[in-house]
Amino acid sequence: MLWQRAVIRRIEMLSPRVKSFFFRLPDALSFRPGQHVVLRLTASDGYRAQRSYSIASAPGHGAVGDLELTIERLDDGEVSSFMHDVAQVGDEFELSGPIGLHFNWSPEDGGPVLFIGGGSGVVPFMSMLRQRAAFGSKVPVALMVSARTQEDLLFFEELSRLELILAVTLTREAGASSFRSGRIDAAFIASVAAAMAQPVRQVLICGSNPFVEATAEGTIAAGIDPALIKTERYSAGDIRT
Amino acid sequence: MATRGFVGRSVEADQVNRLPPGQHVVSGFPVLSAGPTPRIETGDWIFSLKVGPRVVANWTWAEFNALPQTKMTRDIHCVTTWSKLNTMWEGVLIDDLLGDANLEAPTAYTLAHSYDGYSTNVPTADLLVGRAMVATRYASRPIAPEHGGPARLFVPHLYFWKSAKWVNALQFTERDELGFWELRGYHHNGDPWREQRYTND
Repeated sequence: MLWQRAVIRRIEMLSPRVKSFFFRLPDALSFRPGQHVVLRLTASDGYRAQRSYSIASAPGHGAVGDLELTIERLDDGEVSSFMHDVAQVGDEFELSGPIGLHFNWSPEDGGPVLFIGGGSGVVPFMSMLRQRAAFGSKVPVALMVSARTQEDLLFFEELSRLELILAVTLTREAGASSFRSGRIDAAFIASVAAAMAQPVRQVLICGSNPFVEATAEGTIAAGIDPALIKTERYSAGDIRT
Repeated sequence: MATRGFVGRSVEADQVNRLPPGQHVVSGFPVLSAGPTPRIETGDWIFSLKVGPRVVANWTWAEFNALPQTKMTRDIHCVTTWSKLNTMWEGVLIDDLLGDANLEAPTAYTLAHSYDGYSTNVPTADLLVGRAMVATRYASRPIAPEHGGPARLFVPHLYFWKSAKWVNALQFTERDELGFWELRGYHHNGDPWREQRYTND
């Protein structure tokens, strides 16, 4: 596979556990929203580690060649903890991709479409929604977001300005804010789907595996055909059980 | 090119020769699937062998479990770079399925099909001589639905997307027909030791 140099131009803290890294590439990457790239780190003894990260920016979004990767710090994450604790503006990495031609959506794919993101699982939807906004597309979209607390909500202000149905729920902060509290369940999914003018034609679900499992089951229980559901499970390859 | 400040995790001495390039060891068992987990009752389960479009053998769950059972303990390697060592599986070797069907491997290519519409292509030679099975048990228990139960293909020497979850048929094909991920950017063969991750690797 081909690797190109990627230099961090800017780092933005989105929440206590999540940062966006804006990379400058020699050539702008051509990709579809929902795709991911592989970031490769090399130690001085030649040891290498590589991980996949979803792209948050839209194709051609922002300054030419800048690519936004939003990375959650995993407690035991070899690469994510390095990115959070050590990586600085000006640091250079190797990057390859884009990869993945399944969990994608662009306005030409049509709708209505329902996106459901848990935690940092909202990231690929940012790429999709930013492209939709850049195109001025009116394809009906609803985005359901589940976060632990209000401060874990990613991209909330930007999402609030977009033309879509935005349904937020907080799982560990009952009553402390104006947001709904509790997990995303079949009734919640059914109510959001019902708020769309026409039947949902596609559902994309992204997040941790337990989140995706539970949410996909809830979507089916809400009466949506399983064949309309695509999932992206953040592998948590670093988890220790 | 060294990454400033990156040391990385040390790899245990006994793991060095077991890890293909770019892989790291995990102790958990991550789940990656392209859609919802299908719920399949073993009472409804049927496994088929096909040659082209023609079904040449079928087994019910009871019939399948009456076939010779084989245990395999192997390291598995996911294309997303995690590897899990010493995983224990039990099931029916593809050799034994062919034997029960009185069939010699009819073509050089195989497409595995699953209940959820997933498919993956594997050269037939990679499935034979004890290299692959249809597994029904993991770590001495029935395979959990999210890991592919009731049955998944088990081809441990290839990246793990080749070990199709919820498998319900092996179709022998004249040509190498690409499967689900192979049509969506992933390598047609998928040998972790040659780091065949993506289409052009």
